[in-house]
Amino acid sequence: MRVNFTVNGRPQEADDVWEGESLLYVLRERLGLPGSKNACEQGECGSCTVRLDGVPVCSCLVAAGQVEGREVVTVEGLADYAKQRAEHGGCASGACGTSLQDAQQWAAKGQDSQTGEGTELSPIQQAFIDAGAVQCGFCTPGLLVAADEMLERNPNPTDADIREALSGNLCRCTGYEKIMDAVRLAAARQSEGV
Amino acid sequence: MDFLRPASWEEALAAKAAHPTAVPIAGGTDVMVEINFDHRRPEYLLDLNRIGDLYEWEVGEDSVRLGASVPYTRIMENLRAELPGLALASHTVASPQIRNRGGVGGNLGTASPAGDAHPALLASGAEVEVESAERGTRLIPIDEFYKGVKRNALQPDELIRAVHVKKADGPQQFSKVGTRNAMVIAVCAFGLALHPETRTVRTGIGSAAPTPVRAKAAEEFLNAALEEGGFWDNGKIITPSVAKQFADLCSAACNPIDDVRGTASYRRHAVGVMARRTLTWTWESYRGARRTTEGAA
Repeated sequence: MRVNFTVNGRPQEADDVWEGESLLYVLRERLGLPGSKNACEQGECGSCTVRLDGVPVCSCLVAAGQVEGREVVTVEGLADYAKQRAEHGGCASGACGTSLQDAQQWAAKGQDSQTGEGTELSPIQQAFIDAGAVQCGFCTPGLLVAADEMLERNPNPTDADIREALSGNLCRCTGYEKIMDAVRLAAARQSEGV
Repeated sequence: MDFLRPASWEEALAAKAAHPTAVPIAGGTDVMVEINFDHRRPEYLLDLNRIGDLYEWEVGEDSVRLGASVPYTRIMENLRAELPGLALASHTVASPQIRNRGGVGGNLGTASPAGDAHPALLASGAEVEVESAERGTRLIPIDEFYKGVKRNALQPDELIRAVHVKKADGPQQFSKVGTRNAMVIAVCAFGLALHPETRTVRTGIGSAAPTPVRAKAAEEFLNAALEEGGFWDNGKIITPSVAKQFADLCSAACNPIDDVRGTASYRRHAVGVMARRTLTWTWESYRGARRTTEGAA
């Protein structure tokens, strides 16, 4: 079957989709967006977290056919998504967004990938780098999407709020303390308007 | 596999009648796991995401009509006053990502003894609204809904449209045992609701029998003990011996198995502990409310 939906603000079309296929598979294997990670395939780990009509969900548990006509934001589009939100309160015109090609080639390309300098990053991505919250990096995309959504909803989270918002994302390097630091940092920068 | 995408409830019923083997999918948090792991290859998937009224709820005089697909997140946010037991149970479901997708209709459709909503539904009292194209709507009392491990009272051509949950007329509690707070399938769970209007107490036990069950003998004992001691009127602390007997009867209502999550004897024990605690919590809250309304110290 064919599925038409919006990915990172741009209309996309996926062909020859098997009816039992997950949104995660469509994103990774049909659209070439491997940012959302495939790990447990049962909603336990959160590494495939994306926004579906604004709401964080495990893309491995969404049937491809269920996203027909709906909007998905993946980690590849997070920088632009956060920018639009900060500058215009969202993308109403449809002129923004991240093209499939840009999303496929997305990498922290700036002058220095270690510090993120010169790269278009969302505040939460920059905070993860600055706080040293990335170890093996496999859980990072899911955590970024979940944390970004929480900061959008709750600009001044308590530690308990952060823990709850990220409770569906597992880090098997167990680097949770640095992840907490990163989210606190992003929240602090957001409230200072940095 | 065929993917059926009805745009309305009537279309969904027609599709289910035409293809009784079709597996309904809403949040997908159960169905997709089975498909991802190749445990299930349904001939038809029946997507219910486009049917808007499954995502709505209405607060009525005595009950809340909760659409089958209302996500747990919405229940936690919006129905804490009307359905405190179910709101507490909803908050223990998996993670934010799962609570954003899953709803009570899926819990009922899967009918796993470990579904978190079941103890709360049993304790508050509920009816499941199901419908078929041929025979129309029927309301199944929650006590008659669970038929076996992952089996329910639905006919092959029926779909779950909503669940009518009695609005709380007193304190309610929910308790669940697991290895951590989030992302846990219940080792066992317990729901309790005080119903001061009828002077009754109702319970619900999860994950400790082939189906979710009520501890009816325990309820009868407690109802009689509360009545006899005039507890509903005098608002006294529940006697420890009454609480213990209630807990023991709740343990006795279990018919658990040993499995990877816990042993049968642990489950029996833990249900007793949760029964005693939830009774204490709800009763203290009832006593507190009485004091407030009566203005006495």
